[in-house]
Amino acid sequence: MSAVASVFKRELALAWRTGGPAAPVGFFLGATTLLPLAMGTDRALLQSAGPPLIWVTAALAALMTLERLFQADLEDGSLDQLLLGAAPMELIVLAKGAALWLAVGLPLAIAGAPAAIALQTPLAAVPAIVASLALGMAAFIGVGLIGAAVTAGVRRGGVLIALIVLPFFAPAIIFGAAVAGHGGFGAAFLMLAGCALGAVALGPVAAAAALRLQAE
Amino acid sequence: MDGSRSFQLTLRVERLAIARGTRTLFSDLSFDAAPGAFVALRGPNGVGKTSLLRALAGFLRPLSGRIAFAGADEPALALHLLGHRDGLKASLDARAHVRYWAGLLGGEPSAIEPALARVGLSAVADLPARVLSQGQGRRLSLARLLVAPRALWLLDEPSASLDAAGKALLASMIDEHCGQGGVVIAAAHEEFARAPTQTIVLA
Repeated sequence: MSAVASVFKRELALAWRTGGPAAPVGFFLGATTLLPLAMGTDRALLQSAGPPLIWVTAALAALMTLERLFQADLEDGSLDQLLLGAAPMELIVLAKGAALWLAVGLPLAIAGAPAAIALQTPLAAVPAIVASLALGMAAFIGVGLIGAAVTAGVRRGGVLIALIVLPFFAPAIIFGAAVAGHGGFGAAFLMLAGCALGAVALGPVAAAAALRLQAE
Repeated sequence: MDGSRSFQLTLRVERLAIARGTRTLFSDLSFDAAPGAFVALRGPNGVGKTSLLRALAGFLRPLSGRIAFAGADEPALALHLLGHRDGLKASLDARAHVRYWAGLLGGEPSAIEPALARVGLSAVADLPARVLSQGQGRRLSLARLLVAPRALWLLDEPSASLDAAGKALLASMIDEHCGQGGVVIAAAHEEFARAPTQTIVLA
């Protein structure tokens, strides 16, 4: 089996053994169900406030998963083995990101459906919201790889990751909330797809460079 | 194990100097390691044994000097590094680790069970690494050397937390690897059960 496939499988197994999407999805659903309770029953208000709230909560939930992504590998010595692996570090990092997307990003996107319904979103708009969240998670994780790699050697680096990464979440949030707000696979959706592609292409390259420095 | 394998890697270190931060650990270190060489690194704590091994692995950029691998196109694919930390994940079982290393480091799936048997972990192969003892964790790391054939072994205190049988196992593995033309460079404070072919004292 190829090195990249091995890393992907191991990351999935690790994610599954350590709770998988339970914590971030639980946070996401908990926060998005509390919001309508706090905001009252004004249907129009919920409908207009819903999409932005879903996206901000999803971004924070994605952020939760990033802190230990490379830090654990650095601490236990696994990072050395990744660097000696029979595949370019960029692809190995991409495999880790893809596994994280499958284990956490996709479940979060699916959890967007009940969250949207709780926030009074019309049912017809729900598929576009779920699809855009899936793309948005790819964008968040792509950028997040860089933040996680740069802060791998920092104890309690979670806050630092947030400071580094949150500004780069902005484009995905802007277009993602636009998709959710106007309901559809139009221009905003394509722009979001562009953000995701860019982050997935550049994130692993930058993260791999940062990880090589971490190994010194 | 495949007894017919033969490695062809010669390591040449020329006038190497390594610094950590602003402090130069050592300079002007030169040595050659031909196929079959077993090089022991000695010296007090903090003298730079681990840094030298990490420089040879390509992780640490030397201050000056040269590290050349003759007979290997891609040095990172021709070496194993066994460091202080075993790289184990508490929630995964022993066999999953060996299978992962085989895939990551370019080994054969058929080598997984023999490697586990050789390091004496067949009986606990299904237990998560969390419940393995320190010495069993080290034995599991040794399985990494067996599951993916690579010419150069860089071992940092390899016998740490190994029992007498484990040390004998390590010696026989080194013996076999050198017999196949492999190169072993090991940092240690205690004597090895197998005598090194050369000793480098860092000071």
